[in-house]
Amino acid sequence: MVEIPEHLRKRAEEARAKAEAAKAAAAGGPAEAGSGDGASEAQQQAASKIPPHLLERSKAARAQASGGAPEAEAPAAAAGGGGVAVAAPPTAPEMPATGPGGHTQRLLTVVKSGSIQDVKSKPQDKVHVWPHLLVVEFVAALFITAFTLIFSIFVNAPLLELANYNQTPNPSKAPWYFLGLQELLTMFHPMVAGVTIPGIGLLALMLAPYIDKNPSKRPEDRKFAISLMTIHLMFWAVLVIIGSFFRGPGFNFVFPWEAGLFFEL
Amino acid sequence: MAIDTEERRTPLPERLAAQMTKIGDQVQGSQAWTSIFRPGSIFRKGYTDSPRNRSYVIMNSVLYHLHPVKVKRHAVKVSYTLCLGGLSFFLFILETVTGIFLMFFYRPTAAQAWDDIYILQTSVTFGLLVRNMHRWGAHLMVITVFLHMARVFYHGAYKPPREFNWVIGVILLKLTLLLSFTGYLLPWDQLALWAVTVGTNMMGYTPVFGDQVRFVLLGGVEIGTDTLLRWYVLHVLMLPFVLVIFLAVHFWRVRKDGGISGPL
Repeated sequence: MVEIPEHLRKRAEEARAKAEAAKAAAAGGPAEAGSGDGASEAQQQAASKIPPHLLERSKAARAQASGGAPEAEAPAAAAGGGGVAVAAPPTAPEMPATGPGGHTQRLLTVVKSGSIQDVKSKPQDKVHVWPHLLVVEFVAALFITAFTLIFSIFVNAPLLELANYNQTPNPSKAPWYFLGLQELLTMFHPMVAGVTIPGIGLLALMLAPYIDKNPSKRPEDRKFAISLMTIHLMFWAVLVIIGSFFRGPGFNFVFPWEAGLFFEL
Repeated sequence: MAIDTEERRTPLPERLAAQMTKIGDQVQGSQAWTSIFRPGSIFRKGYTDSPRNRSYVIMNSVLYHLHPVKVKRHAVKVSYTLCLGGLSFFLFILETVTGIFLMFFYRPTAAQAWDDIYILQTSVTFGLLVRNMHRWGAHLMVITVFLHMARVFYHGAYKPPREFNWVIGVILLKLTLLLSFTGYLLPWDQLALWAVTVGTNMMGYTPVFGDQVRFVLLGGVEIGTDTLLRWYVLHVLMLPFVLVIFLAVHFWRVRKDGGISGPL
Protein backbone atom coordinates (compact mmCIF):
# COMPACT_ATOMS: atom_id res chain seq x y z
CA MET A 1 0.00 0.00 0.00
CA VAL A 2 1.42 3.31 -1.06
CA GLU A 3 1.22 5.93 1.61
CA ILE A 4 -0.05 9.28 0.36
CA PRO A 5 1.38 12.29 2.19
CA GLU A 6 -1.20 14.09 4.33
CA HIS A 7 -1.07 17.44 2.56
CA LEU A 8 -1.40 15.85 -0.88
CA ARG A 9 -4.40 13.81 0.22
CA LYS A 10 -6.13 16.94 1.58
CA ARG A 11 -5.45 18.81 -1.60
CA ALA A 12 -6.90 15.97 -3.66
CA GLU A 13 -10.04 15.91 -1.50
CA GLU A 14 -10.52 19.65 -1.93
CA ALA A 15 -10.10 19.34 -5.67
CA ARG A 16 -12.66 16.52 -5.78
CA ALA A 17 -15.22 18.59 -3.79
CA LYS A 18 -14.66 21.51 -6.13
CA ALA A 19 -15.13 19.31 -9.20
CA GLU A 20 -18.41 18.02 -7.84
CA ALA A 21 -19.62 21.54 -7.16
CA ALA A 22 -18.73 22.51 -10.72
CA LYS A 23 -20.65 19.50 -12.06
CA ALA A 24 -23.71 20.50 -10.05
CA ALA A 25 -23.45 24.03 -11.48
CA ALA A 26 -23.11 22.60 -15.00
CA ALA A 27 -26.25 20.50 -14.50
CA GLY A 28 -28.19 23.75 -14.00
CA GLY A 29 -26.19 25.37 -16.80
CA PRO A 30 -27.41 23.82 -20.10
CA ALA A 31 -30.64 25.81 -19.98
CA GLU A 32 -28.61 28.98 -20.09
CA ALA A 33 -26.17 27.63 -22.64
CA GLY A 34 -28.50 28.29 -25.51
CA SER A 35 -28.60 32.00 -24.70
CA GLY A 36 -25.07 32.44 -26.07
CA ASP A 37 -21.39 32.24 -25.41
CA GLY A 38 -21.10 35.63 -23.80
CA ALA A 39 -23.06 34.71 -20.66
CA SER A 40 -21.14 31.49 -20.00
CA GLU A 41 -17.89 33.24 -20.68
CA ALA A 42 -18.75 35.87 -18.11
CA GLN A 43 -19.62 33.14 -15.66
CA GLN A 44 -16.29 31.44 -16.27
CA GLN A 45 -14.51 34.70 -15.76
CA ALA A 46 -16.19 35.22 -12.43
CA ALA A 47 -15.29 31.72 -11.28
CA SER A 48 -11.71 31.76 -12.56
CA LYS A 49 -8.84 32.91 -10.44
CA ILE A 50 -6.82 34.10 -13.38
CA PRO A 51 -5.77 37.73 -12.87
CA PRO A 52 -7.69 40.09 -15.19
CA HIS A 53 -4.60 41.48 -16.94
CA LEU A 54 -3.58 38.01 -18.05
CA LEU A 55 -7.07 37.31 -19.27
CA GLU A 56 -6.96 40.50 -21.32
CA ARG A 57 -3.69 39.50 -22.82
CA SER A 58 -4.91 36.05 -23.77
CA LYS A 59 -8.04 37.55 -25.29
CA ALA A 60 -5.95 39.92 -27.36
CA ALA A 61 -3.81 37.02 -28.51
CA ARG A 62 -6.89 35.06 -29.49
CA ALA A 63 -8.27 38.00 -31.41
CA GLN A 64 -5.00 38.33 -33.26
CA ALA A 65 -4.96 34.65 -34.07
CA SER A 66 -8.53 34.71 -35.37
CA GLY A 67 -7.65 37.79 -37.42
CA GLY A 68 -4.76 35.92 -38.94
CA ALA A 69 -6.87 32.90 -39.82
CA PRO A 70 -10.53 33.97 -40.12
CA GLU A 71 -11.39 31.11 -42.44
CA ALA A 72 -10.54 28.52 -39.82
CA GLU A 73 -12.20 30.33 -36.95
CA ALA A 74 -15.48 31.22 -38.66
CA PRO A 75 -17.04 27.77 -39.12
CA ALA A 76 -16.02 26.81 -35.64
CA ALA A 77 -17.68 29.90 -34.23
CA ALA A 78 -20.79 29.18 -36.28
CA ALA A 79 -20.92 25.64 -35.04
CA GLY A 80 -20.53 26.84 -31.48
CA GLY A 81 -23.25 29.44 -31.85
CA GLY A 82 -25.64 27.14 -33.65
CA GLY A 83 -25.05 24.28 -31.28
CA VAL A 84 -24.67 21.76 -34.14
CA ALA A 85 -21.92 19.87 -32.43
CA VAL A 86 -22.31 16.65 -34.42
CA ALA A 87 -20.94 18.00 -37.68
CA ALA A 88 -18.39 20.24 -36.01
CA PRO A 89 -14.65 19.58 -36.47
CA PRO A 90 -12.82 18.26 -33.42
CA THR A 91 -11.57 21.76 -32.57
CA ALA A 92 -15.09 22.85 -31.54
CA PRO A 93 -14.94 25.42 -28.74
CA GLU A 94 -17.60 23.48 -26.84
CA MET A 95 -14.89 21.09 -25.60
CA PRO A 96 -15.87 20.67 -21.96
CA ALA A 97 -12.52 21.09 -20.16
CA THR A 98 -11.32 24.20 -21.95
CA GLY A 99 -9.94 26.89 -19.69
CA PRO A 100 -10.52 30.60 -20.12
CA GLY A 101 -7.44 31.09 -22.28
CA GLY A 102 -8.38 28.12 -24.45
CA HIS A 103 -6.02 25.93 -22.44
CA THR A 104 -6.78 22.25 -22.25
CA GLN A 105 -4.44 21.63 -19.33
CA ARG A 106 -3.46 23.36 -16.15
CA LEU A 107 -0.66 23.23 -13.67
CA LEU A 108 -1.71 21.22 -10.65
CA THR A 109 1.40 21.38 -8.53
CA VAL A 110 5.14 21.71 -8.72
CA VAL A 111 6.95 18.80 -7.13
CA LYS A 112 10.46 19.68 -6.14
CA SER A 113 12.92 16.86 -6.69
CA GLY A 114 13.89 15.37 -3.38
CA SER A 115 10.48 15.72 -1.70
CA ILE A 116 9.05 12.60 -3.31
CA GLN A 117 11.92 11.07 -5.25
CA ASP A 118 14.74 9.79 -3.11
CA VAL A 119 17.82 10.18 -5.27
CA LYS A 120 20.21 7.63 -3.82
CA SER A 121 23.16 7.72 -6.15
CA LYS A 122 25.05 10.93 -5.75
CA PRO A 123 27.61 11.77 -8.39
CA GLN A 124 31.00 10.51 -7.26
CA ASP A 125 34.52 11.44 -8.05
CA LYS A 126 35.65 8.52 -10.20
CA VAL A 127 38.71 7.70 -12.24
CA HIS A 128 39.30 5.23 -15.04
CA VAL A 129 40.67 1.86 -13.93
CA TRP A 130 43.01 2.00 -16.92
CA PRO A 131 45.49 3.49 -16.35
CA HIS A 132 45.06 4.63 -12.75
CA LEU A 133 44.39 1.31 -11.00
CA LEU A 134 45.99 -1.13 -13.42
CA VAL A 135 49.30 0.68 -13.26
CA VAL A 136 49.34 0.45 -9.47
CA GLU A 137 48.44 -3.23 -9.59
CA PHE A 138 51.04 -3.94 -12.22
CA VAL A 139 53.79 -2.25 -10.22
CA ALA A 140 52.71 -4.07 -7.04
CA ALA A 141 52.72 -7.43 -8.83
CA LEU A 142 56.10 -6.69 -10.37
CA PHE A 143 57.48 -5.71 -6.97
CA ILE A 144 56.27 -8.84 -5.20
CA THR A 145 57.56 -11.06 -8.03
CA ALA A 146 60.95 -9.39 -7.89
CA PHE A 147 61.03 -9.72 -4.12
CA THR A 148 60.13 -13.43 -4.19
CA LEU A 149 62.58 -14.13 -6.99
CA ILE A 150 65.51 -12.34 -5.38
CA PHE A 151 64.75 -13.81 -1.96
CA SER A 152 64.56 -17.28 -3.55
CA ILE A 153 67.92 -16.83 -5.25
CA PHE A 154 69.64 -16.15 -1.95
CA VAL A 155 67.66 -18.22 0.57
CA ASN A 156 66.92 -21.88 -0.02
CA ALA A 157 63.77 -23.59 1.19
CA PRO A 158 64.59 -26.19 3.85
CA LEU A 159 64.81 -29.86 2.90
CA LEU A 160 65.81 -31.89 5.94
CA GLU A 161 66.65 -35.59 5.85
CA LEU A 162 64.04 -38.16 4.81
CA ALA A 163 61.03 -38.55 7.10
CA ASN A 164 61.78 -41.04 9.86
CA TYR A 165 59.14 -42.28 12.30
CA ASN A 166 61.73 -43.54 14.74
CA GLN A 167 63.56 -40.28 15.20
CA THR A 168 61.46 -37.49 16.68
CA PRO A 169 63.21 -34.15 16.31
CA ASN A 170 63.49 -32.16 19.50
CA PRO A 171 61.63 -29.84 19.51
CA SER A 172 59.02 -30.75 16.88
CA LYS A 173 57.13 -27.67 15.84
CA ALA A 174 54.05 -27.07 13.73
CA PRO A 175 54.16 -24.55 10.82
CA TRP A 176 54.72 -21.06 12.16
CA TYR A 177 51.08 -19.93 11.80
CA PHE A 178 50.01 -22.78 14.08
CA LEU A 179 52.71 -22.15 16.67
CA GLY A 180 50.34 -19.91 18.63
CA LEU A 181 48.09 -22.92 19.04
CA GLN A 182 51.02 -25.14 19.99
CA GLU A 183 51.96 -22.53 22.54
CA LEU A 184 48.44 -22.70 23.98
CA LEU A 185 48.92 -26.46 24.30
CA THR A 186 51.49 -25.82 27.01
CA MET A 187 48.85 -23.98 29.04
CA PHE A 188 45.56 -25.79 28.44
CA HIS A 189 44.12 -29.22 27.84
CA PRO A 190 44.58 -30.14 24.15
CA MET A 191 40.84 -29.97 23.46
CA VAL A 192 40.66 -26.41 24.79
CA ALA A 193 43.88 -25.26 23.13
CA GLY A 194 43.53 -27.09 19.84
CA VAL A 195 39.81 -26.94 19.16
CA THR A 196 37.78 -24.77 21.51
CA ILE A 197 39.84 -21.58 21.55
CA PRO A 198 40.64 -21.43 17.80
CA GLY A 199 37.10 -22.57 16.98
CA ILE A 200 35.49 -19.83 19.03
CA GLY A 201 38.04 -17.33 17.74
CA LEU A 202 37.34 -18.08 14.08
CA LEU A 203 33.59 -18.17 14.64
CA ALA A 204 33.69 -14.80 16.39
CA LEU A 205 35.81 -13.47 13.53
CA MET A 206 33.27 -14.64 10.96
CA LEU A 207 30.39 -13.18 12.92
CA ALA A 208 32.16 -9.86 13.56
CA PRO A 209 29.92 -7.83 11.19
CA TYR A 210 26.79 -9.25 12.85
CA ILE A 211 28.07 -8.67 16.39
CA ASP A 212 29.44 -5.18 15.78
CA LYS A 213 26.29 -3.12 15.19
CA ASN A 214 28.06 0.23 15.30
CA PRO A 215 27.36 1.81 11.89
CA SER A 216 30.25 4.26 12.02
CA LYS A 217 33.50 3.53 10.23
CA ARG A 218 35.49 6.33 11.82
CA PRO A 219 38.23 5.12 14.15
CA GLU A 220 37.24 7.61 16.87
CA ASP A 221 33.77 6.02 17.07
CA ARG A 222 35.09 2.46 17.16
CA LYS A 223 37.51 2.56 20.05
CA PHE A 224 36.17 -0.62 21.62
CA ALA A 225 36.17 -2.70 18.41
CA ILE A 226 39.64 -1.51 17.43
CA SER A 227 41.08 -2.14 20.90
CA LEU A 228 39.55 -5.61 21.02
CA MET A 229 40.92 -6.56 17.60
CA THR A 230 44.34 -5.11 18.37
CA ILE A 231 44.53 -7.04 21.65
CA HIS A 232 43.60 -10.24 19.80
CA LEU A 233 46.13 -9.70 17.03
CA MET A 234 48.85 -8.85 19.53
CA PHE A 235 47.92 -11.90 21.60
CA TRP A 236 48.39 -14.20 18.60
CA ALA A 237 51.50 -12.41 17.39
CA VAL A 238 53.14 -12.74 20.82
CA LEU A 239 52.20 -16.43 21.05
CA VAL A 240 53.53 -17.13 17.55
CA ILE A 241 56.77 -15.27 18.27
CA ILE A 242 57.28 -17.09 21.57
CA GLY A 243 56.48 -20.44 19.95
CA SER A 244 58.81 -19.71 17.01
CA PHE A 245 61.86 -18.25 18.67
CA PHE A 246 61.66 -18.80 22.43
CA ARG A 247 60.99 -22.54 22.54
CA GLY A 248 63.88 -24.95 22.52
CA PRO A 249 64.35 -28.67 23.19
CA GLY A 250 61.37 -30.23 24.96
CA PHE A 251 59.44 -27.07 24.00
CA ASN A 252 61.02 -25.39 27.02
CA PHE A 253 61.41 -21.63 27.19
CA VAL A 254 64.82 -20.48 25.91
CA PHE A 255 66.33 -17.21 24.78
CA PRO A 256 67.34 -17.41 21.10
CA TRP A 257 70.50 -15.36 21.75
CA GLU A 258 71.67 -17.94 24.30
CA ALA A 259 70.43 -21.31 23.07
CA GLY A 260 70.19 -20.55 19.33
CA LEU A 261 67.27 -20.78 16.95
CA PHE A 262 64.97 -23.80 16.82
CA PHE A 263 62.90 -22.66 13.89
CA GLU A 264 62.42 -23.84 10.32
CA LEU A 265 60.12 -22.22 7.80
CA MET B 1 66.53 5.50 -61.41
CA ALA B 2 66.01 8.90 -59.88
CA ILE B 3 64.25 7.30 -56.94
CA ASP B 4 67.19 5.04 -56.32
CA THR B 5 69.69 7.83 -56.11
CA GLU B 6 67.41 9.73 -53.76
CA GLU B 7 67.07 6.65 -51.57
CA ARG B 8 70.81 6.30 -51.47
CA ARG B 9 71.19 9.88 -50.35
CA THR B 10 69.13 9.27 -47.14
CA PRO B 11 71.25 7.70 -44.39
CA LEU B 12 70.84 4.01 -43.60
CA PRO B 13 69.37 4.28 -40.07
CA GLU B 14 66.59 6.52 -41.33
CA ARG B 15 65.80 4.17 -44.16
CA LEU B 16 65.72 1.24 -41.72
CA ALA B 17 63.44 3.16 -39.35
CA ALA B 18 61.09 3.96 -42.22
CA GLN B 19 61.10 0.30 -43.26
CA MET B 20 60.33 -0.82 -39.69
CA THR B 21 57.41 1.61 -39.42
CA LYS B 22 56.07 0.30 -42.71
CA ILE B 23 56.27 -3.32 -41.58
CA GLY B 24 54.77 -2.41 -38.22
CA ASP B 25 51.84 -0.70 -39.92
CA GLN B 26 51.33 -3.69 -42.19
CA VAL B 27 51.29 -6.13 -39.27
CA GLN B 28 48.99 -3.98 -37.16
CA GLY B 29 46.70 -3.45 -40.12
CA SER B 30 46.43 -7.15 -40.94
CA GLN B 31 43.27 -9.11 -40.35
CA ALA B 32 45.01 -11.53 -37.99
CA TRP B 33 46.19 -8.70 -35.76
CA THR B 34 42.84 -6.91 -35.59
CA SER B 35 41.05 -10.17 -34.90
CA ILE B 36 43.32 -10.92 -31.93
CA PHE B 37 43.33 -7.50 -30.33
CA ARG B 38 39.87 -6.14 -29.73
CA PRO B 39 39.06 -2.43 -30.03
CA GLY B 40 40.68 -0.49 -27.22
CA SER B 41 43.69 -2.77 -26.96
CA ILE B 42 46.82 -0.72 -26.53
CA PHE B 43 48.42 -2.92 -29.21
CA ARG B 44 45.94 -1.82 -31.84
CA LYS B 45 46.84 0.59 -34.57
CA GLY B 46 45.87 4.12 -33.71
CA TYR B 47 45.37 3.58 -29.98
CA THR B 48 44.94 6.97 -28.41
CA ASP B 49 44.43 7.92 -24.79
CA SER B 50 40.75 8.76 -24.90
CA PRO B 51 37.99 8.06 -22.36
CA ARG B 52 36.42 5.70 -24.89
CA ASN B 53 39.61 3.67 -25.31
CA ARG B 54 40.23 3.68 -21.57
CA SER B 55 36.84 2.03 -21.11
CA TYR B 56 37.47 -0.44 -23.93
CA VAL B 57 40.75 -1.57 -22.37
CA ILE B 58 38.77 -2.86 -19.38
CA MET B 59 35.62 -4.03 -21.14
CA ASN B 60 37.37 -5.93 -23.92
CA SER B 61 39.77 -7.90 -21.75
CA VAL B 62 38.73 -11.11 -20.02
CA LEU B 63 41.19 -10.52 -17.20
CA TYR B 64 40.77 -6.81 -16.63
CA HIS B 65 37.00 -6.86 -16.70
CA LEU B 66 37.07 -8.22 -13.17
CA HIS B 67 37.35 -4.48 -12.61
CA PRO B 68 34.66 -1.94 -13.37
CA VAL B 69 35.51 0.66 -16.00
CA LYS B 70 35.74 3.34 -13.35
CA VAL B 71 36.39 3.27 -9.62
CA LYS B 72 36.11 5.85 -6.88
CA ARG B 73 39.13 8.09 -6.83
CA HIS B 74 40.13 7.10 -3.30
CA ALA B 75 40.02 3.39 -4.28
CA VAL B 76 43.27 3.74 -6.21
CA LYS B 77 45.13 5.22 -3.26
CA VAL B 78 47.86 2.78 -2.30
CA SER B 79 47.90 4.12 1.26
CA TYR B 80 44.33 2.94 1.75
CA THR B 81 44.45 -0.69 0.58
CA LEU B 82 48.22 -1.23 0.57
CA CYS B 83 47.39 -3.52 -2.38
CA LEU B 84 47.08 -6.40 0.11
CA GLY B 85 44.03 -8.10 -1.41
CA GLY B 86 45.41 -7.80 -4.92
CA LEU B 87 48.80 -9.08 -3.80
CA SER B 88 47.18 -12.09 -2.12
CA PHE B 89 45.46 -12.91 -5.41
CA PHE B 90 48.64 -12.36 -7.37
CA LEU B 91 50.59 -14.62 -5.00
CA PHE B 92 47.91 -17.26 -5.52
CA ILE B 93 48.57 -17.05 -9.27
CA LEU B 94 52.33 -17.20 -8.64
CA GLU B 95 51.81 -20.30 -6.46
CA THR B 96 49.69 -21.90 -9.17
CA VAL B 97 52.30 -21.30 -11.86
CA THR B 98 55.28 -22.47 -9.78
CA GLY B 99 53.19 -25.35 -8.40
CA ILE B 100 52.37 -26.64 -11.88
CA PHE B 101 56.09 -26.63 -12.65
CA LEU B 102 56.79 -28.65 -9.48
CA MET B 103 54.07 -31.18 -10.32
CA PHE B 104 56.06 -32.34 -13.35
CA PHE B 105 58.80 -33.68 -11.09
CA TYR B 106 56.95 -34.99 -8.06
CA ARG B 107 55.29 -38.30 -7.17
CA PRO B 108 53.28 -38.37 -3.94
CA THR B 109 54.42 -41.65 -2.44
CA ALA B 110 56.48 -42.16 0.68
CA ALA B 111 59.10 -44.03 -1.34
CA GLN B 112 59.60 -41.38 -4.01
CA ALA B 113 58.54 -37.97 -2.70
CA TRP B 114 61.73 -36.96 -0.93
CA ASP B 115 63.99 -38.27 -3.72
CA ASP B 116 61.93 -36.38 -6.29
CA ILE B 117 62.38 -33.14 -4.40
CA TYR B 118 66.08 -33.82 -4.00
CA ILE B 119 66.52 -34.54 -7.70
CA LEU B 120 64.43 -31.48 -8.54
CA GLN B 121 66.81 -29.35 -6.49
CA THR B 122 70.02 -30.86 -7.80
CA SER B 123 69.35 -31.90 -11.41
CA VAL B 124 66.41 -29.92 -12.79
CA THR B 125 67.14 -26.58 -14.42
CA PHE B 126 65.72 -23.83 -12.19
CA GLY B 127 64.20 -26.57 -10.02
CA LEU B 128 65.66 -25.23 -6.79
CA LEU B 129 64.73 -21.66 -7.66
CA VAL B 130 61.12 -22.52 -8.50
CA ARG B 131 60.74 -24.62 -5.36
CA ASN B 132 62.13 -21.74 -3.29
CA MET B 133 59.70 -19.34 -4.93
CA HIS B 134 56.82 -21.69 -4.24
CA ARG B 135 57.80 -22.04 -0.59
CA TRP B 136 58.47 -18.37 0.13
CA GLY B 137 55.50 -17.27 -1.93
CA ALA B 138 53.28 -19.50 0.22
CA HIS B 139 54.52 -17.97 3.47
CA LEU B 140 54.17 -14.53 1.94
CA MET B 141 50.59 -15.31 0.89
CA VAL B 142 49.64 -16.31 4.43
CA ILE B 143 51.06 -12.99 5.61
CA THR B 144 49.35 -10.85 2.96
CA VAL B 145 45.98 -12.55 3.46
CA PHE B 146 46.30 -12.03 7.19
CA LEU B 147 47.30 -8.38 6.80
CA HIS B 148 44.48 -7.86 4.29
CA MET B 149 42.04 -9.07 6.93
CA ALA B 150 43.52 -6.71 9.52
CA ARG B 151 43.35 -3.80 7.05
CA VAL B 152 39.71 -4.48 6.28
CA PHE B 153 38.87 -4.72 9.96
CA TYR B 154 40.58 -1.46 10.90
CA HIS B 155 38.79 0.34 8.07
CA GLY B 156 35.45 -1.01 9.29
CA ALA B 157 34.96 -2.28 5.75
CA TYR B 158 33.12 -5.38 6.99
CA LYS B 159 30.11 -3.25 7.93
CA PRO B 160 26.89 -3.26 5.89
CA PRO B 161 26.55 -3.86 3.01
CA ARG B 162 29.77 -5.86 3.06
CA GLU B 163 29.07 -8.24 5.97
CA PHE B 164 28.76 -11.33 3.82
CA ASN B 165 31.94 -10.60 1.91
CA TRP B 166 33.77 -10.50 5.23
CA VAL B 167 32.46 -14.00 5.99
CA ILE B 168 33.70 -15.16 2.57
CA GLY B 169 37.01 -13.50 3.37
CA VAL B 170 37.41 -15.41 6.65
CA ILE B 171 36.69 -18.65 4.76
CA LEU B 172 39.38 -17.67 2.24
CA LEU B 173 41.81 -17.11 5.13
CA LYS B 174 41.09 -20.60 6.45
CA LEU B 175 41.50 -22.09 2.97
CA THR B 176 44.83 -20.30 2.60
CA LEU B 177 46.05 -21.78 5.89
CA LEU B 178 44.86 -25.23 4.85
CA LEU B 179 46.55 -24.93 1.46
CA SER B 180 49.79 -23.97 3.13
CA PHE B 181 49.47 -26.73 5.72
CA THR B 182 48.72 -29.48 3.18
CA GLY B 183 51.73 -28.35 1.14
CA TYR B 184 53.89 -28.62 4.23
CA LEU B 185 53.77 -32.43 4.21
CA LEU B 186 54.67 -32.96 0.57
CA PRO B 187 58.50 -32.78 0.74
CA TRP B 188 58.31 -35.80 3.09
CA ASP B 189 61.29 -34.76 5.18
CA GLN B 190 61.63 -34.68 8.95
CA LEU B 191 60.28 -31.11 9.12
CA ALA B 192 57.17 -32.06 7.11
CA LEU B 193 56.42 -35.28 8.98
CA TRP B 194 56.68 -33.89 12.47
CA ALA B 195 55.07 -30.52 11.84
CA VAL B 196 52.08 -32.33 10.37
CA THR B 197 52.11 -34.80 13.25
CA VAL B 198 51.83 -31.94 15.72
CA GLY B 199 49.11 -30.27 13.64
CA THR B 200 46.95 -33.34 13.08
CA ASN B 201 47.28 -34.46 16.70
CA MET B 202 45.58 -31.20 17.63
CA MET B 203 42.71 -31.93 15.22
CA GLY B 204 42.35 -35.32 16.87
CA TYR B 205 41.09 -33.57 19.97
CA THR B 206 37.94 -32.38 18.21
CA PRO B 207 35.09 -33.35 20.54
CA VAL B 208 32.85 -36.31 19.65
CA PHE B 209 34.38 -37.22 16.26
CA GLY B 210 38.02 -36.32 16.84
CA ASP B 211 39.31 -39.76 15.90
CA GLN B 212 37.17 -39.91 12.77
CA VAL B 213 38.38 -36.47 11.64
CA ARG B 214 41.96 -37.55 12.13
CA PHE B 215 41.37 -40.85 10.34
CA VAL B 216 39.82 -39.15 7.31
CA LEU B 217 42.61 -36.58 7.13
CA LEU B 218 45.42 -39.10 7.46
CA GLY B 219 43.83 -41.89 5.44
CA GLY B 220 44.73 -44.20 8.32
CA VAL B 221 45.68 -44.09 11.95
CA GLU B 222 49.19 -42.85 11.24
CA ILE B 223 50.79 -40.50 8.74
CA GLY B 224 51.96 -42.57 5.80
CA THR B 225 51.96 -42.88 2.05
CA ASP B 226 48.14 -42.71 1.98
CA THR B 227 48.28 -39.41 3.85
CA LEU B 228 50.73 -38.12 1.29
CA LEU B 229 48.44 -38.96 -1.63
CA ARG B 230 45.43 -37.53 0.19
CA TRP B 231 47.13 -34.25 1.05
CA TYR B 232 48.64 -34.01 -2.41
CA VAL B 233 45.20 -34.17 -4.01
CA LEU B 234 43.88 -31.70 -1.46
CA HIS B 235 46.81 -29.38 -2.10
CA VAL B 236 46.96 -29.38 -5.89
CA LEU B 237 43.32 -29.87 -6.78
CA MET B 238 40.57 -29.74 -4.23
CA LEU B 239 41.55 -26.79 -2.06
CA PRO B 240 42.53 -24.59 -5.04
CA PHE B 241 39.24 -25.52 -6.70
CA VAL B 242 37.24 -24.51 -3.63
CA LEU B 243 39.39 -21.42 -3.15
CA VAL B 244 38.78 -20.24 -6.71
CA ILE B 245 35.03 -20.55 -6.22
CA PHE B 246 35.15 -18.48 -3.06
CA LEU B 247 37.54 -16.03 -4.73
CA ALA B 248 35.04 -15.52 -7.55
CA VAL B 249 32.26 -14.83 -5.08
CA HIS B 250 34.57 -12.54 -3.10
CA PHE B 251 35.51 -10.43 -6.15
CA TRP B 252 31.97 -10.38 -7.46
CA ARG B 253 30.63 -9.21 -4.11
CA VAL B 254 33.20 -6.41 -3.94
CA ARG B 255 31.60 -4.94 -7.05
CA LYS B 256 28.01 -5.74 -6.10
CA ASP B 257 28.47 -4.11 -2.71
CA GLY B 258 29.52 -0.87 -4.37
CA GLY B 259 33.25 -1.21 -4.83
CA ILE B 260 35.75 -1.09 -2.02
CA SER B 261 34.71 0.73 1.14
CA GLY B 262 34.77 4.50 1.22
CA PRO B 263 37.36 6.73 2.85
CA LEU B 264 37.18 6.93 6.64
